[in-house]
Amino acid sequence: MSDDYNFAYLDEQTKRMIRRAILKALAVPGYQVPFASREMPMPYGWGTGGVQVTAATLTPDDRLKVIDQGADDTTNAVSIRKFFERTAGVEVVTSTSEASIIQTRHRIPEEPLSDDQILVYQVPIPEPLRFLEPRESETRKMHALEEYGLMHVKLYEDIARHGHIATAYAYPVKVEGRYVMDPSPIPKFDNPKMEMAAIQLFGAGREQRIYALPPWTRVVSLDFEDHPFDPSKAEHPCALCGAADSYLDEVITDDQGGRMFVCSDTDYCESRRAAGHRGELAEDAA
Amino acid sequence: MDDLTLAGGFSDPAQQSAQAFRAVMSALARPGRIEAVRGAEPPAPLSPAAGVVLLTLCDPETPIHLTPSFDLPSLRQWIGFHAGAPIAGADECSFAIGPWDELLPLDRFPQGTSEYPDRSATLIVETPLLEARGATLRGPGIRDTAELSLPEIVAFQRNARAFPLGLDFIFTCGDRLAALPRSTEVA
Repeated sequence: MSDDYNFAYLDEQTKRMIRRAILKALAVPGYQVPFASREMPMPYGWGTGGVQVTAATLTPDDRLKVIDQGADDTTNAVSIRKFFERTAGVEVVTSTSEASIIQTRHRIPEEPLSDDQILVYQVPIPEPLRFLEPRESETRKMHALEEYGLMHVKLYEDIARHGHIATAYAYPVKVEGRYVMDPSPIPKFDNPKMEMAAIQLFGAGREQRIYALPPWTRVVSLDFEDHPFDPSKAEHPCALCGAADSYLDEVITDDQGGRMFVCSDTDYCESRRAAGHRGELAEDAA
Repeated sequence: MDDLTLAGGFSDPAQQSAQAFRAVMSALARPGRIEAVRGAEPPAPLSPAAGVVLLTLCDPETPIHLTPSFDLPSLRQWIGFHAGAPIAGADECSFAIGPWDELLPLDRFPQGTSEYPDRSATLIVETPLLEARGATLRGPGIRDTAELSLPEIVAFQRNARAFPLGLDFIFTCGDRLAALPRSTEVA
């Protein structure tokens, strides 16, 4: 750990400001609390919101896991993990169950989280209505008046055009029957997992918003009676570990149309293989 | 300014406030859960837990309201030295500290606006008794139901009915604390 920085990089006044925002976000689940996002030593779009929320939440005793699209070993995850190793000196892990704080970009781990864990999401566009109404002054009023008709029109137009709701990620949810919330660009496969035992915190650095879900908050994916929400997944088992219940990435293997489907959650896939599960393309498959 | 004013703060602010914040967040995210905190020794009548909350969350950006029995020179000086927070009236504070009967009526405090419900006060209620028994709690952060000793019921029901507006409460007793956000239904 470097002594050149305050614990977890941010100064204490900034952390207090972020901590107050987190508490108000937990008190009003799904509401986006404005906060004075700082410049971080990484560009916007690389998880500056999640990093600030994690920095304000970390204690020296924490075990931190960082995932990017489910993987522990991609650039974004590796660099954020190194950042906190250096500035906070915390222990870093890749095992989901051993982590006390998990910062994630665009996935919820497959393994259910427990009530002593915290899941921190990196959020690019926190406003679910932003692509329907570009003005912040208007979307703020729409949330205040609970005026969400436009979102339902958008989903209806999907059905009219494609025959089904074509939104596959960042699928909007309603929190405790009040606020419509962007779950961040997680696949809609992950939406049902959001009613969980862990605390969920969402940080958007460029857009300067923090929002949160306390444990077991009611989170309902928007749908219609005749077009109920469907958390679809690829019709394959994982080619490496054989899991039939996990979210899969499609990997192109050659230029002849060859492809394989593998778990997007690397820790889940590795621990299943360590436990002896094998998929059809596993190297030592029988 | 005497020794009592200068003493009683965090000895290692970065780590102690991080641990204290986790306790406060855990309590607020799970209404009914009681957490123990340490690190602050404020002058009486402020409890150590309330002192920890204040050192963790308050600074020059957060006006604090002190109820009559807490509005003492010793406490004003301690808050001024350790947190730098201005002392303010009930209608413009971010935090208020005092016993329950002195905090009433609650409609004096900022409740937030419909466009910015986060701009509401957090009340730190000093209580002689804090246990996970009493009123029944339901809502976000609670799987089925939880229980918490509350000074009364009706005021919290009225507060919850105004959701998403309303006040958030942190109850402090000695070195322990619990919390009740506006989203919790009390029965």
